[in-house]
Amino acid sequence: MSKTLFDKIWDAHVVTAVTDGPTQIYIDRHFCHEVTSPQAFDGLRKRGLKVFRPEKTTLSPDHNIPTLNQDKPIQDPISKNQVDTLTKNANDFGLTLYGLGHEKNGIIHVIGPENGLTQPGMTIVCGDSHTSTHGAFGAIAFGIGTSEVEMVLASQCILQPRPKTMRINYNGKLKPGVTAKDIALYTISQLTTGGATGYFVEYAGEAIRNLSMEERMTVCNLSIEMGARGGMIAPDETTFAYVKGREFAPKGEAWDKALAYWKTLQSDDDAKFDREISFDAAAIEPWITYGTNPGMGMAIGGAIPTIDQIDDASRISFEKSLNYMGFKAGEKLEGKQIDYVFLGSCTNGRIEDFRAFAAFVKGKKKAANVIVWLVPGSWAVEKQIREEGLDKILVEAGFELRQPGCSACLAMNDDKVPAGKYALSTSNRNFEGRQGPGARTILAGPLVAAAAAVTGKITDPRN
Amino acid sequence: MEKFQTITSTCVPLPIENVDTDQIIPARFLKATTREGFGDNLFADWRYDKAGQPISNFVLNNPTYTGQVLVGGKNFGSGSSREHAAWAIAGYGFKVVVSSFFADIFKGNALNNGVLPVVVSEKFLADLFAAINSDAKTTVTVDLVKQTIINNASGAVESFDINSYKKECLVNGLDDIDYLLSKKDKIEAWEAASI
Ligand code: SF4
Repeated sequence: MSKTLFDKIWDAHVVTAVTDGPTQIYIDRHFCHEVTSPQAFDGLRKRGLKVFRPEKTTLSPDHNIPTLNQDKPIQDPISKNQVDTLTKNANDFGLTLYGLGHEKNGIIHVIGPENGLTQPGMTIVCGDSHTSTHGAFGAIAFGIGTSEVEMVLASQCILQPRPKTMRINYNGKLKPGVTAKDIALYTISQLTTGGATGYFVEYAGEAIRNLSMEERMTVCNLSIEMGARGGMIAPDETTFAYVKGREFAPKGEAWDKALAYWKTLQSDDDAKFDREISFDAAAIEPWITYGTNPGMGMAIGGAIPTIDQIDDASRISFEKSLNYMGFKAGEKLEGKQIDYVFLGSCTNGRIEDFRAFAAFVKGKKKAANVIVWLVPGSWAVEKQIREEGLDKILVEAGFELRQPGCSACLAMNDDKVPAGKYALSTSNRNFEGRQGPGARTILAGPLVAAAAAVTGKITDPRN
Repeated sequence: MEKFQTITSTCVPLPIENVDTDQIIPARFLKATTREGFGDNLFADWRYDKAGQPISNFVLNNPTYTGQVLVGGKNFGSGSSREHAAWAIAGYGFKVVVSSFFADIFKGNALNNGVLPVVVSEKFLADLFAAINSDAKTTVTVDLVKQTIINNASGAVESFDINSYKKECLVNGLDDIDYLLSKKDKIEAWEAASI
């Protein structure tokens, strides 16, 4: 029978199926950070269990860590406790930890691919919804809750209902100045934040094939924001070239064997999806959000919908959202002043994002009215920024580079946007309070962020 | 885990769509390393002002509305996978969340923590909000064994889905880890064949 990419990987990992219930799936790679894992380790201790396959779990603190002075002790005692607890758990259970100050430390969804831990055909989980990022390699990767983290630690398996499959095709080519982030924000606006709930999405079509691995990760990263269980892209030469030679990638004969298998990982021509949709890639514009969920977005030159364009049932939420943002229905946002710019996160904190930002601001100056946080996704990204001399370009334009971590993406550390202020952010969520209590987030790609950083306003980077 | 069979209770209404996990439990409360105490910060940013004082018009601060059933607008629990959201809801004392649509991860997390997500039709939901609005003493009866929910004000009944494995776990108060540990031989056999 013909199979989708998802089916091929899923079927290869079924250990048992519970009658009329979830499937027991074997997990190849498990990542842990400090926020969603402590209670799972605690659970193991209470049950007197060891980690079943310690070599398959990798730990890195990222959510809580400061982005300045990481060599000094963490100031916030509660953050410090969580990061220290992660270290203790790594030691107690014999697990690999890329702790604070380690050259491999960084946001878990950035360091997995960077080190070759993420590979095609794998099942990958982490107690974090943006685990979908790893799907860019042709892996089944999805976020899990803490109870499930405990399941993986205890048995290297989890119980999952089989999701439905959806394919989204992007036909034709993107217009110049349109980034992978715009593809994702555009798609979420079209499908809404619940539109892909229950589905595992495969992204396909010419515009996807033309993306680099970093860009594919950006697209897959945002799958969860339309409710999808995960997103994936069939591996191809771009994927193999990226993985080859990385520390944990297979080597020698093992590489040849793996490669032969990876080449079979595509949806068969006549594979059936539960739902299939297509977009014209050329219709995608640089995209921004105006509301308090990632589906409330529009083309950068567009206008916020008017109230009569909104369903009756959604009007209260729509008005609440605009009220929070300080925007009016029907308003245009281009040219609006912003206060903060954040480049970073597991969505747009990779080397290509910094290259794009640096190329745009080269020879220009930071706008005086904005505070700009440039936060690499990992120390490896930070190192590459320096090696490529991008740091000099940034400094000349009046910017400074911070140290890696999740930072203002969820503002668990000190990088909080003050109440009422506008942040143009390359992260993934514009929920109320996400970037600090009362903070107002406008999501966009790295080029729109760069344009805002030099003009101090919402600006179309193409102009 | 406590066994879950039938509940009849008044409801706490939250007629807002897309209630995301950052609202259910804001990120700054995720720093604990145990599962306890999250109920106090459930919906913290809607519930307390900057000085930490209760905001009187938020439903959890309104003594008119109490009960073990939270009724939420469409697409409840979207956003982050944080299980803390389910702990906060369970910790506050809710046993059931009713909505016309739930985000996937939240649904799984709720079930893993003894909170039953009940999906009802848009109409059932709208009628239930209206009934609670006109009489705060309106109760619903959720029968997990029969998989039904009754709006006791109108008598409307709907059945809801739950996979039979999760149902058996909840009804008997069992958990997934016990189940997985009982399959160790199967796991090792899979590894031997596949790796
Ligand atoms: S960068 Fe943001 S979305 Fe990504 S893992 Fe960190 S907190 Fe989560």
